[in-house]
Amino acid sequence: MIEIKDLHKSYKMGNNSLHVLKGINFNVKEGELVAIMGSSGSGKSTLLNILGMLDVLDEGSYTLDGVPIVDLNETKAAKYRNKFLGFIFQSFNLINYKSAAENVALPLYYQGVGRKERQEKALKYLEQVGLKQWAGHLPSELSGGQKQRVAIARALAAEPKVLMADEPTGALDSKTSYEVMDLIQKINDAGNTILIVTHEPDIADMCKRIVHLKDGVIVEDKIVDQVRASQYV
Amino acid sequence: MKFIFSSNTWQEIFGSIGKNKTRTAITVIGVLWGIFIYIALAGAAKGLDNGFERAFESTAMNSMFVWAQSTSMPYEGYKTGRSLQLKLSDVNTLKNRIPEIQYIAPRNAKGVFGGSQAAVVRGQKTGNAPVYGDFPIYTKIATKKIYDGGRFINDEDIEQARKVVVIGERTQKEIFEEDENPIGEFIRVDNIYFQIVGVHKFVPGGGFESDTDMYIPYSTYKKLYNTGENVDWLTIAAYDDADVIQAEKDVKAVLKSIHNVNPEDERAIGAFNLGEIFNRITGFAKGLTFLSLIVGIATILAGVISIGNILLISVKERTKELGIRRALGATPKEVRNLIILESVFLTVISGIMGIVLGALVLYGIDAATQDTDMPYTNPTLPISYVLGALGIMVFLGTLIGLIPAQRAVSIKPIDALREE
Repeated sequence: MIEIKDLHKSYKMGNNSLHVLKGINFNVKEGELVAIMGSSGSGKSTLLNILGMLDVLDEGSYTLDGVPIVDLNETKAAKYRNKFLGFIFQSFNLINYKSAAENVALPLYYQGVGRKERQEKALKYLEQVGLKQWAGHLPSELSGGQKQRVAIARALAAEPKVLMADEPTGALDSKTSYEVMDLIQKINDAGNTILIVTHEPDIADMCKRIVHLKDGVIVEDKIVDQVRASQYV
Repeated sequence: MKFIFSSNTWQEIFGSIGKNKTRTAITVIGVLWGIFIYIALAGAAKGLDNGFERAFESTAMNSMFVWAQSTSMPYEGYKTGRSLQLKLSDVNTLKNRIPEIQYIAPRNAKGVFGGSQAAVVRGQKTGNAPVYGDFPIYTKIATKKIYDGGRFINDEDIEQARKVVVIGERTQKEIFEEDENPIGEFIRVDNIYFQIVGVHKFVPGGGFESDTDMYIPYSTYKKLYNTGENVDWLTIAAYDDADVIQAEKDVKAVLKSIHNVNPEDERAIGAFNLGEIFNRITGFAKGLTFLSLIVGIATILAGVISIGNILLISVKERTKELGIRRALGATPKEVRNLIILESVFLTVISGIMGIVLGALVLYGIDAATQDTDMPYTNPTLPISYVLGALGIMVFLGTLIGLIPAQRAVSIKPIDALREE
C-alpha cells in the first residue's frame, strides 16, 4: 500500500539546514495497523506529513497504492489527499460552525458527492462511531472523545486507502483514549490500513506493528501482539 | 461557472458568512451606504435636471429675444442716442443672412414693457390684459397650450387681419361664468369687438408672460394700434445644433448693419439669450450629476475596500478552518473561489439593499417636492446606471476578494493546521 525508499527531508532554518529525515525505507501493506513512535524531534510527525502529502519530500520516492507521488502541486496534493487519505488529528480539527454530520460530509463535498448522498453517508459513518443521535450537534456541544469519534467518522467518510492519525489520543484521558483505540482497532479489523503517530507506549501496543524513529532514522521495526483496547473499556 | 450555481457552494458561503453575523452586518452597511449615496445623489441631480427642463419646457431651449434700444455711438453721420425701431422687413433679412436661424417670430405688445394694458369688456364684466400682436410661427418657439376646442392665431387670421383673440385662463375666469364656453363669444378689446378662438393655459416658467395675456394677429394689432411695420422685439430660435451665442452675435451684427449702427455699439440692440442661460443651468445640472457620480463611486469603492479588509481579517481568523478544508481535499482553486464568491455575494447583497433604500429616499423626496415651486421633477435613475453600478460592484468585489483569497491560498495546509 505504502512504499517509501530512501526518504530525506531537511528544513532550512536561516543559514542552518536541519536534516530531519535521513534515509527512511518503509513499507506498509494493506490492512496493517502501524504505530510510528519516537521522542519529539525524531521526525515522526514530518514523516506522517509527507505520507499525508501535507509536506513534500526532498529525496527518495513515495508510492501510494501503486501511484507514484511525484511533482506534487497544491491542487494535485489536494486531489490525492481527498481520494487516498483520511486524517485524524490530535486537536480533532472539526469546523466549529458546522454540525457533526456536516463535518463528516465535508470531504464528500470536495469529492463532488451530491447532497443527499452526503447526508446519508455522513449518518452511516456517525452511526458506525456510535454518534448518530449527535448528528445535528455542533462540536462545542460534544465531549473530547465524541469530537475525536466525529473526526474518525469524517476520515472514514471519504473511504480512503489509508487513515493517518497524528496523536489521536493526545488530548484525551486514558479511558476515552482506549475507547477511541477500540474504535480504531475495529476499523482496522474491517480491513482498513491505518498509521498512528504516538509517543504513548500503551497506545502503540494496541497496534500490530511498531516503527521506532530516532534522529531521523528507523531504529526498530517490529511486529507485536496486539493488545485489544476493548478489555479496558 | 458550475461552481457558482451549485447549491452546495452557496451553503458553504452562507455557513461562513453567517458565522459572524455582527461583522457581516457591519460590512454590508459599508457598501450599502456607498450605493445609497450614489443612488440618492445621482437621482436627486437627475430630479433637478428634470425640474429645470420642465421649467423651460414651454420655450425652445436655444431661443433668444432681440429688441432695439438707442445708439451709444455716432455712425455715418447719425448722432449718439438715436432711438432704433425694428421693422417687419428685418425678419426676412435676418433669415436670409443667418443660416442658424430656424424660426423667427416678430412680436408687438401693449401693456407689457410699456403702454397701458388693453381694456377687456364683456357685458357688465370688465378687465385689463396685455395684448400681443403675433404670427402663428411664434408657437414653434414657445409652445402655447390651448384648451380643448380652441386654437392659436393662424395664417388666414394674419392675411385677412381678422379680429380674433386668444385669451388667458384668468381673463376667462374674470369675464365668463364657469359653465360658459368662451370659444366663439365676442368681447371688446379697446372698444373693438373680437371673437375668441382659444384660451391658453398659462405655464409658469419665468419671463414676462402671464395668465391674462391676449394674443391677436399681427396684422390686426397693426391696424388697431396703428403701428405700421414696427416690431417691438423678435423671438428667434436657432437650430438645435447651432451655437446660440454665435447666433446672437450674428443677429446683432445684421441688425446693426440694417439700421446703420456702429458695429462696435454694444447698447444699440438688446438681447436676452435664453439658450445661453439654459446652457448654464443644464451645465450646472450636468456638473451635479457628474459630481454625484464621482462621490457615489468613491463611496462604493470605500465600501468595497472595507469588505476586502474584513475578509482579510476573516481569512486570518479562519486560517485553521481553511487548512482543515485543504487537508480534506479542497483544492486551492476551490478555496479561492469560496472567498471571492463571499466577497461578491456580500457586495451584491449590500448593493441591492442600498439601491432599494436609495429608491425609497428618492420616492420620499419626490413626494415632498410634488406641489412646491422647487425645480425638481421625477428624480429617477436610468436602469442602466443602476445595473452599471451593480456591475462595477461585482467587478470591484471580485477584485478586492482576490487579495484575501490569495492570502488564504498562500497559507500551506500544514502551517494552517499547526496554528493553535
